[in-house]
Amino acid sequence: MIRKRRNPLWASLAMALLIFGGARAQTPDSELDTLQQRVKPCTSCHGNEGRATREGYFPRIAGKPAGYLLNQLLNFREGRRHFPMMTYVAQYQTDDYLREIAAYFGSQQVPYPPPMPTRAAPAVLARGHQLVTEGDKTLDIPPCTACHGRRLLGVIPAVPGLLGVSQDYLTAQLGSWRSGVRAAAAPDCMGELVRRMRHEDLDAATTWLASQPVPEGQEPEDSFEHSPPLHCGSIEQGSRTP
Amino acid sequence: MRKYLWGGILLVVLVLGIAWWRGTGDRESGAAPPPATVASADPIERGRELVTLADCRSCHTARGGAPFAGGREIPTPFGTFYSPNITADARTGLGNWSANDFWHALHNGYSKDGTLLYPTFPYTNYTKISRSDSDAIFAYLRTITPVSQANRPHELAFPYNHRILLVAWRWLFFRPGVYEPQPGKSPEWNRGAYLVQGVGHCSACHESRNALGATRSEAGPSGGLVLNWYAPSLTSPRQAGVENWPVADIISLLKTGRVDTNSTKAAALGPMAEVVSESLQHAPDDELQAMATYLESLPVTHSNDENSESSVKYDIPRSILEAGKDLYTKNCADCHGKQGEGREPAAPPLAGNRAVLMSSAVNPIRMVLFGGYSPGTAGNPRPFGMPPYSLTLSDEQIAEILIYVRRSWGNSARPIRGEEVSSNRGNPLW
Repeated sequence: MIRKRRNPLWASLAMALLIFGGARAQTPDSELDTLQQRVKPCTSCHGNEGRATREGYFPRIAGKPAGYLLNQLLNFREGRRHFPMMTYVAQYQTDDYLREIAAYFGSQQVPYPPPMPTRAAPAVLARGHQLVTEGDKTLDIPPCTACHGRRLLGVIPAVPGLLGVSQDYLTAQLGSWRSGVRAAAAPDCMGELVRRMRHEDLDAATTWLASQPVPEGQEPEDSFEHSPPLHCGSIEQGSRTP
Repeated sequence: MRKYLWGGILLVVLVLGIAWWRGTGDRESGAAPPPATVASADPIERGRELVTLADCRSCHTARGGAPFAGGREIPTPFGTFYSPNITADARTGLGNWSANDFWHALHNGYSKDGTLLYPTFPYTNYTKISRSDSDAIFAYLRTITPVSQANRPHELAFPYNHRILLVAWRWLFFRPGVYEPQPGKSPEWNRGAYLVQGVGHCSACHESRNALGATRSEAGPSGGLVLNWYAPSLTSPRQAGVENWPVADIISLLKTGRVDTNSTKAAALGPMAEVVSESLQHAPDDELQAMATYLESLPVTHSNDENSESSVKYDIPRSILEAGKDLYTKNCADCHGKQGEGREPAAPPLAGNRAVLMSSAVNPIRMVLFGGYSPGTAGNPRPFGMPPYSLTLSDEQIAEILIYVRRSWGNSARPIRGEEVSSNRGNPLW
């Protein structure tokens, strides 16, 4: 179709009205009509393919279970999580579009960088290892592996892996759950758990998790080995299909 | 801020003078004026449509909160307002209100107990709503699940925290009055005027406000700053005027958040994305048609852009334009094109794009800093988005890019300063 411009009215309405169209570029513009192009605002911070970086605050989103990613987009949109830029991008998008974007990043399989070297004391790492893999019965804390998978790479469709994210990010998330700034769909199992944990235990667990390499070529588990020790609204919300 | 302080002092003086003279007794009777048009017969259904068109829910719902239970923060130069609960809860909402009480709020700006309402609640627009439509809105609100949620007090600066000042404000700026259909205009045009001026309260954003927060004129929405965005003039051909648009294109923009035809190309972003998302995309087509008919007919006004821009010669150092071009080539040209020609459907052209060229540079600055998406709607379910550059580019670099964009490919808008970018960087995202 030949598009002739008849006295083009460069129109903008509304708050910031951007005008599309005009002359053809060198490469076919249809090449830009992709999901990859549509998620450019996401990859500005989360990195190409959502791989992030090992030291940044912005978490890796590549390869995380799609239901988990959808949950987070819905949580930002509906005010259970608070990060202005995330709320800003998600707030007026439909469930279907957010689900499509979540599936896109969930399907990206890109290698993880090695973890940052840790300077933590061996006792801290040992306590962290114990909490992550065995929990602490006296404090009524189940191990992370009970929900996040034996290999800590998450469980499809809605439980995220805990490896390959920076300690800054992990600490910020657990801290905001503890202070009530972050929440998940009710019942908020993670919030309940974090509030049961002592400060130094949260630190030990995140220190150990951030020190672990992500095993090459391994993916989230398909199902839970045993049913999760707590009732989690997020697992139901993230498992819902359109 | 200084102008607001003087405004406040002026108000104090005025209120003392007027309060004794006039009191608070300008209540209009609740007698029903003729309805603006004939609409759906079922009052609750008609009320639902009107509530959608007025977008009551957006302001009266906190993020993640119960619908219409209030609590949304509304920042203004006078302080922060918190919207009230308008569900039918007896203790914290409108449960004890009558249709007459509701009419007084909408039409006269009084609460049930006689408290004067702040015009953050746009009763200056809603006063144009007919009594029968007010009753329909009230009937619909009664069907919303009542929620017990106490109202949060507003947090306003002195002297605006004294409601008595509203006596003077109302005397200066508010005259109750239902919309009067204009003879000689079609019923559709009159319906559109009623919706745009009254129910839809477009001028609440698209009009500049004076030092006392009053919109400057009733007839000509001529652009204003709101929620840290610039709501462009709906009457200026250099801003968001639609006087030459095909009506179908105006409807498309209102309904889908985007229009992309041979002759017209535009998209809604910022607070307008919310209006499309929450309100206009759900509006009946004939109501949008009426609004478009009225908007297209608005008399053209000329904003300050027109005198100041192309005729003025700016002395821009070559080094700045070179730096801007270099940054543009690295960061922007892949999508927007080397000549600012844009690449459909992903990226709009920047050459001749009036959204980028307005004298107020707030919107383009915000778009480069924070990026953003148009709303996802049935007609545009998978919008493209602009990436944020606040983390990778400095204020000076963003200014250089925007100067280059605003002064290239035939564009001749005023250059901007790095401080303008700085002053927007810390602003909240809406």
